[in-house]
Amino acid sequence: MSALLEVRDLRKHYPVRKGLLGRAVAKVHAVDGISFSIAERETLGLVGESGCGKSTAGKTILRLVDPTAGTIEWRGSRIEGLGRAAMRPVRRELQAVFQDPYSSLNPRLRAADIVAEPLRNYERLGAARAREQVAWLFEKVGLRPDQMVKYPHEFSGGQRQRLGIARALAVRPKLIVCDEPVSALDVSVQAQVINLLEDLQAEFGVSYLFVAHDLAVVEHISHRVAVMYLGKIVELTDKRTLFRDPQHPYTEALLSAVPVPDPQAKKKRIILQGDVPSPITPPPGCRFHTRCPYAEERCRREEPAMTEVRPGHLVACHLRTAVQP
Amino acid sequence: MAAAAASISAARSASPTVARFKDALRRHPTAIFGAVVLLAMIAIALAAPWLGTVDPQAMSPVRRLRDPWGEYWFGTDMLGRDVYSRVIYGARVSLTVGIAVAILSTLVGLAIGLVTGFVRWADAIVMRVMDGLMSIPSVLLAIALMALTRASLENVVFAITVSEIPRVVRLVRSLVLGLREQPFVEAATAAGTGVARTLVRHILPNTVAPLLVQGTYIFASAMITEAILSFIGAGTPLNIPSWGNIMAEARSLFQLKPWLILIPGAFLSLTVLAVNLLGDGLRDALDPRLARRM
Repeated sequence: MSALLEVRDLRKHYPVRKGLLGRAVAKVHAVDGISFSIAERETLGLVGESGCGKSTAGKTILRLVDPTAGTIEWRGSRIEGLGRAAMRPVRRELQAVFQDPYSSLNPRLRAADIVAEPLRNYERLGAARAREQVAWLFEKVGLRPDQMVKYPHEFSGGQRQRLGIARALAVRPKLIVCDEPVSALDVSVQAQVINLLEDLQAEFGVSYLFVAHDLAVVEHISHRVAVMYLGKIVELTDKRTLFRDPQHPYTEALLSAVPVPDPQAKKKRIILQGDVPSPITPPPGCRFHTRCPYAEERCRREEPAMTEVRPGHLVACHLRTAVQP
Repeated sequence: MAAAAASISAARSASPTVARFKDALRRHPTAIFGAVVLLAMIAIALAAPWLGTVDPQAMSPVRRLRDPWGEYWFGTDMLGRDVYSRVIYGARVSLTVGIAVAILSTLVGLAIGLVTGFVRWADAIVMRVMDGLMSIPSVLLAIALMALTRASLENVVFAITVSEIPRVVRLVRSLVLGLREQPFVEAATAAGTGVARTLVRHILPNTVAPLLVQGTYIFASAMITEAILSFIGAGTPLNIPSWGNIMAEARSLFQLKPWLILIPGAFLSLTVLAVNLLGDGLRDALDPRLARRM
């Protein structure tokens, strides 16, 4: 598989400013050195709990926020330092669907104009051709072309997210960064939107970076999954392996928390103790050692590196890498 | 290209703003009252020559200080001028000042506010200047500016506009700072929309509603400031009858002939009340969260 997007050691630190002069007194390590790649027609799920930096990672790749360090390679060329003008052609191929379908659509624009925005930026179409294109996009995402003249507030949450998807799809991107695209929707609507995303992938061959906290959703749509904890990826592998044989203790705990729709099923639950440490002062050594049930002395001192425990299965844990021959 | 974009949506459905307007008017009948009174005042000002008025400057010392409701509706002043005609023509001055200041300060404030909201280094400098201007009470600032220039209608408008601009800049800047963090602005960037286009298409339309409300309050406060300036003799020149001027000239006669002050005062109060009621209605129609300020 040729990599479409290659991210290496990406970091994003936000300064914490205090005092009259606004001096930076500390840094929030929102994303603290993550590496992954996405191939063509692939969906990479990025999961983690609130505040682990998964959304920041998505925004950094979209260059909506500037990375502190690390490289982002888009189809072989680095884009992390590009200016606005140089980013323009890249943005055409790298679109986004946002979490909140209410605030990510300008309330004062009509649906057709919202969907047509990227078209207008990248293609010089006449009014008639543009309308035709938008109507076609509306049909592709399951909306009726006669809804084109409506305002966002006249749509339901699911329909609004379809508008967001149509907008992202308008200029036929190669990768769409989906930042929790279904977490604001009802469960029944979530399934419809997920299925729509899958259909569109099959039809247009688009790749997704799918940021979410819902494991069931990620399991459904992803090919590979990366698990994030406190700004770092702790485990990265294909979906089946991750859900059947998780290696990192954090992944294990996360998976054990997924409810099983069977009242008879008895499952061992791993209840993690304590809270997520502050990303301003992440713990030394392994980020997870403060809550890990298996933590050893070494975990408190040394930071584990991402190690391939079997082909295509990366884990950042001393215990696992030590056990494997 | 903008025309092409606008025509994509062919048949129009009701804009959310229009719908909110209707709803707010139902809930605020006082806003309708305000609008009606204001429109009536504007109509009176426009139609002044045809409302049975005479030359507001024509003096007739023989017929001075006549009581109202006789030959002269509102009586005559100490120079024998017809107070009715003066008040009607005075509406022109007050409304002109109000509308001109509201439009000018809103436009200038909008321009400065958009820049300060988007350009980091300009922000610190411009906002300190604005803070400095705001630390002087607006009436004092207007008096000081009038002292530097000649008494004329344009200078009155200019002086009041300058003292109102900082408030508009503050409002626009805070709106822009809030809007630029909105996900739909982020979405526009991700969709490849440039800075200028984002400003025009995504930021600007979302500042119109609060600005319109602020504009009505400025309208009202500018009329009062004009009256204050004229009353203390730092405003509109005396040969132009404004409500403030009429009251200023009648000051010394207040105990003898109070109507000379009360009648223009009543017109001013009624108009300011009408504008404020309209502004309250607009505020609720356009943005229920916008804090009230006058």
